[in-house]
Amino acid sequence: MLTVNNLNVSYGSIHAVHDVSLKVKKGEIVSLIGANGAGKTTILHTISGLKRPDSGEVTFNGENLLKVEPHKILSKGMAHVPEGRRIFAQLTVRENLELGAYILKDKKQIEENVQKVFERFPRLRERQKQFAGTLSGGEQQMLATGRALMTGAEIILMDEPSMGLSPLLVKEIFHIITEINKQGMTVLLVEQNARMALSVANRAYVLETGRIVMSGEAGALLENAEVRKAYLGA
Amino acid sequence: MMDQLLDLTRQLLNGLQVGSIYALVALGYTMVYGIVKLINFAHGDFIMVGGYVSIVAIPMLVSNGLPAWLCVVAAVAVCSIIGVVSERAAYKPLREAPRISALITAIGVSLFLQNLFMIIFTPNGMPFPNLFDKTPIILGKIQVSKVTLITIVVSILLMVGLNLFVKRTRVGKAMRAVSEDAGAARLMGISVNATISATFAIGSGLAAVASVLYCSSYPLVDPNIGSMLGLKAFVAAVLGGIGIIPGAMLGGLALGIAESLTKAYISSKVADAVVFGILVVVLLVKPSGILGKNVGEKV
Repeated sequence: MLTVNNLNVSYGSIHAVHDVSLKVKKGEIVSLIGANGAGKTTILHTISGLKRPDSGEVTFNGENLLKVEPHKILSKGMAHVPEGRRIFAQLTVRENLELGAYILKDKKQIEENVQKVFERFPRLRERQKQFAGTLSGGEQQMLATGRALMTGAEIILMDEPSMGLSPLLVKEIFHIITEINKQGMTVLLVEQNARMALSVANRAYVLETGRIVMSGEAGALLENAEVRKAYLGA
Repeated sequence: MMDQLLDLTRQLLNGLQVGSIYALVALGYTMVYGIVKLINFAHGDFIMVGGYVSIVAIPMLVSNGLPAWLCVVAAVAVCSIIGVVSERAAYKPLREAPRISALITAIGVSLFLQNLFMIIFTPNGMPFPNLFDKTPIILGKIQVSKVTLITIVVSILLMVGLNLFVKRTRVGKAMRAVSEDAGAARLMGISVNATISATFAIGSGLAAVASVLYCSSYPLVDPNIGSMLGLKAFVAAVLGGIGIIPGAMLGGLALGIAESLTKAYISSKVADAVVFGILVVVLLVKPSGILGKNVGEKV
């Protein structure tokens, strides 16, 4: 479904991503784990068009995504929950969700999708008229996730959903991710919280200073001695 | 006592008139700042452009049996196009550059427009035709000119309309989203470029309306009329809180009233000093403006 081939990305003279290749198949949860600054976010940004690569290929359902204008990527069926959530703080919760469906024109469809998100996240329904900036971190993550679900995308890229959340909320967010996945959504998950990321994923890639150093079944990586030592603190 | 009260009312109406013009122009500054974080110093010159476009359009309208005030349509159209084109040509290539580069470019665009119109229309002022008849309207014991009332009413309608537009419509919501976080807006499928163009078009269009209203009261158009008015509107935008739409309206009206009262009760010589004195005070006391919140830059 999503294929990344020999991707190289740099910021000025800093070469952040080296020859990264990865694959996400329909229905999978694939995790990309690694330390701060390993290049995880850069890879996601390149996939969704926020950053231009030096070389490499990104294909999604057979189409070259690098040729698609960034704001048209969502309409190809790829949604992105960015790092730090980046909800629109000065807009209400409902407005945030409606903006998530900006590419849809049918008001009835948009309303239907809003209701579906409210069913999944009842807390958002209660707070729909509040400014999104007043939500707690966990609620903001729910909003960012709900916003990405507004168009019925096929794949969702999630960048550090656990960032800044309490352990309890982290569990809840990961539970939501598996739920969404069970209902047919493909997920590419970027996480520093390697233990959580590996426990929900089917497969995973380990990224170190811009290179993929390991990949495989998430369960196997969870048992792998090197991964345990470097990322799981055991 | 009664006379003084009447005089005060008259001065307040004058202040509202000039204040609503400031507000219309300030809206353009503030909307553009909100979305691309640029003080568009060429914005004041759209007033001048609007004036000249009207001068050219009015005889054509009248000879075709149309009312002269329709020149506002031509002014809005031309100013919106110039606004969008100047953004595409001058500011867009600098979007990732340091802000000071874009700021200097804006001054360049301003000088370019002034000199271009100086070449086309000579530096000498041209009279602006009468759009509205001069018979004053009597409100109780006060005589008000038609232009004053029309200016206030049109401005209020436009401001209410703009507020609804920004709050309710798809494009308005996109504008708010881009102004808060352009990257996230792009992830929502919003075309950032189209949204920025729309913002410039609307801002310049409002300046064009302001221009026709302004020239109807001060009927002399020269290539520099936009400079002072533009600067004052900029002060109004800062006073209300740059980037905040209701702030521009509030700032404009407050500034207009302050200026008018100074002229009436202190001296017309110090009116400009008061206006810019207000800027100094705002920058010292509350740089984020009346409606601005003191938020630190997010990291």
